[in-house]
Amino acid sequence: MQDQRIGVAGSLESCDVLVMVILSAESRGMTLEIDSPSLASFGEEMKNTVMEIMETLGIPHAVIKVQDRGALDCTLRARTEAAAKRALAVPAGEKVSE
Amino acid sequence: MNRRRLRRTSLYIPGTNPGMLANAEVYGADSVILDLEDGVPVSEKDAARILVRNALQHIPYRRAEVTVRVNALSTPFGRDDFREIIPLAPDAVRLPKCESADDVREADAMMTEIELENGIEPGTVGIIAITESARGGRNLSEIAAESPRLIALNYGAEDYTADIGAVRTKEGRELDDIRAKVIVAARIAGVQALDSVFGDVNDLDGLYAEALRVRLLGFDGKSVIHPRQIPVVHRAFTPSDQEVGFARRVMAAFREASSRGAGVIALDGRMIDAPVVARAEKILALAEAAGCLPGER
Amino acid sequence: MMSRSAGNRKTFSFTGEGKDIPSIGKKREKGKIVASLEEAFRLAEVRDGMTISFHHHLRDGDLVVNMALDVLAGMGIRDLVLAPSALFPVHESLLRHVRSGVIRSIEGSVNGPVGRAASEGLFSSPVILRSHGGRVRAMQAGELRVDVAVLAAPAADAMGNLSGISGPSACGSLGYAFSDAQYADRVIAVTDNLVHYPAVPFSIPQTLVDWVVPVESIGVPEKIVSGTLRVTRDPLRLIIAEQVAKVVEESGLFTGGFSMQAGAGGISLAASACIRERMKAAGIRGSFISGGITGQSVEMLEEGLFESLLDVQSFDLEAVASLASNRGHAEMSASFYANTASKGCVVDMLDVAVLGATQVDTDFNVNVNTESDGVLLHGIGGHMDTAAGAAVTVVVTPLFRGRMPMIVDRVLTVTTPGETVDVVVTERGVAVNPRRKDLLENLRGKGIPLMEIGDLKKMAEEFTGIPKTPSFGEKIIGIVEYRDGTVIDTIRQRI
Repeated sequence: MQDQRIGVAGSLESCDVLVMVILSAESRGMTLEIDSPSLASFGEEMKNTVMEIMETLGIPHAVIKVQDRGALDCTLRARTEAAAKRALAVPAGEKVSE
Repeated sequence: MNRRRLRRTSLYIPGTNPGMLANAEVYGADSVILDLEDGVPVSEKDAARILVRNALQHIPYRRAEVTVRVNALSTPFGRDDFREIIPLAPDAVRLPKCESADDVREADAMMTEIELENGIEPGTVGIIAITESARGGRNLSEIAAESPRLIALNYGAEDYTADIGAVRTKEGRELDDIRAKVIVAARIAGVQALDSVFGDVNDLDGLYAEALRVRLLGFDGKSVIHPRQIPVVHRAFTPSDQEVGFARRVMAAFREASSRGAGVIALDGRMIDAPVVARAEKILALAEAAGCLPGER
Repeated sequence: MMSRSAGNRKTFSFTGEGKDIPSIGKKREKGKIVASLEEAFRLAEVRDGMTISFHHHLRDGDLVVNMALDVLAGMGIRDLVLAPSALFPVHESLLRHVRSGVIRSIEGSVNGPVGRAASEGLFSSPVILRSHGGRVRAMQAGELRVDVAVLAAPAADAMGNLSGISGPSACGSLGYAFSDAQYADRVIAVTDNLVHYPAVPFSIPQTLVDWVVPVESIGVPEKIVSGTLRVTRDPLRLIIAEQVAKVVEESGLFTGGFSMQAGAGGISLAASACIRERMKAAGIRGSFISGGITGQSVEMLEEGLFESLLDVQSFDLEAVASLASNRGHAEMSASFYANTASKGCVVDMLDVAVLGATQVDTDFNVNVNTESDGVLLHGIGGHMDTAAGAAVTVVVTPLFRGRMPMIVDRVLTVTTPGETVDVVVTERGVAVNPRRKDLLENLRGKGIPLMEIGDLKKMAEEFTGIPKTPSFGEKIIGIVEYRDGTVIDTIRQRI
């Protein structure tokens, strides 16, 4: 059984975004999946935003899934931060380092 | 912080809804309330706080006064709300469950501390106190006088009537007492008096009647929970031609007396005192906001 | 046939009734009925490479287009040009006929999946997009030559009189089908509701119809017309609608005899509702509403706010019922509605048109064809026709949808040229085309939040950021034909 800490925030309502952050001892680096209607126009920005938040929160390794419903950047920022903080708040098992 | 700005309507926007937060001021309310308190379930308090903080930071609000209803400091969420929200310097926070002057003092102190930490002039962020209990109702005068940040008094009709054991009715007689207390306390402290929400969003006639009634009682505005209520309340807060006409004559008499350096103002052979002048000013401001003062700006 | 001369005139000797020109005459019971679509196609001598047209009055409930193409594929016909007045998501199954070579290309509106497939480069030649008026003009000019028209008919008699107002697949007006009936070489009517002769009142007369094919069903009723289209409760749309009504009220045209067109889209419908209230308040009686007709238009007719409805397509059940019963509610053909090469079309008589957009640019050009990601998803409809005709053309759009700004420097596709667009209304501001100084004067000082269109664009970007322009390939997948037959823009393949 892997020791995973999962945080989810946001919703699939229009103008919102559902972000899932998975922290696990096994994962190395950042794995980011983005599903968004604005991918062609804002894909790069969205990726940068998520990475920036992770860096600010001092998370070097995570799997992040973003299901976007047309969220503005400030919303993506908020949902990513909330999801990450929720994941961090899950009590860590012995195996989780850092 | 503009103490005397027009606050005919204050629109509640749930802090959970990013689409509504982005469009909060589009509906024309004089003030918007980004809500972290009752509009947000306990499980979403953390996410809403971050969402509202980011909205304050990034959404280009231009026209409306922007306020945040934080959770009371007596709850597990209040302090975090202050920590996240005050650094963004909204026009004001709406302080729910205000029971006494102590609640205002505590909030004021914490706000000053955060303002100083963030290089914001202390006192920048205003307070609109919301009273929701019998005790709070009794202490309104002290609450209103406690802090120079305090710009308006408001009450929560549902919680207040539940606390005093009254039954909510369409007529709203059960609110007579708290409304009188809010008005009197606000006038003594020189702050605005704001009425509570009208819950039935489909009964626009009922809303109009209630809004008109509270304007005539002396309230400066009313909270609303749906955009469609805004034009109705604004209509109720539009003075009649008769009121405007009288107010203009009062102001003309006042100006005329001032220019002569006369201490006494007279109109139609009657003496006019300061409160009458103040009321005339308010009526003209309402009329201007409603766009019914052609040729004047 | 024996010929001889009588003076200067060549004459022919009588050889027997029905010999030279076949007539139905004594075979009247059977009339023009043929047993199957296949037989009708055989009689029409359908061959490879022909152009087959359809109307879209059954919208997303249409069964006839797919049925006809399945039959043609079964007959081994290939290389067809499809000329529908529009296609809907239900027509996604046509794509396999494109892949197998039954369909070569499309001249007509493509909505949804077929458009998406076109954007991905499925077709070897570009889709030709025309407006409702432009389609008729092209037929009239011989630029769009239709060999066989297949017309779904909610009611038909044995002689081919066709009507849309009754039957299980009733759709109301058959406005877009008139030109097909008139200009196609062969006309096949397909009906699930064969009625006694004559099918009065009929829309398309028997004089234009070759064969009538009875089938089990031509449509799915609940997808043809909606129930009552309710005015939106979305507050953002209502704010835009209120602004539109204010603009209309102050436009200088809001007087007796006022005429307008507003579609069935959320904002347009709400704008009509707001205009309706203002007409009542001001005691104004208008002349006509044109275009797509809704229950709300019907109520305005019945309230006496307008004298007539000119109906090219009926959007809901109330509109269908009203077309059957209200004297002031008239069906009109696409040519009558919007054809600039006709001897006079309705759009030229319009005071106000309220139109939607998927993008507007700072030159007031409007895109209704491609989405912000560059994918072809919508037809033109009557957009460029009404914009050109109406005295005041109002385009409505939220400032941004999701994260995409709706006001941009340059639209991805120019559908309607900015010179025909007068006002852009958003929830945060109203921009008047600088060409319309007269209008600007009327609207100033009336409590309308007037702004430069460039400032609206900047404001949109404050919320959304600046989007990356989608990348396009070299291949042209769509040609946007202006209503006069010139090319106003092209659409390239998405890569």
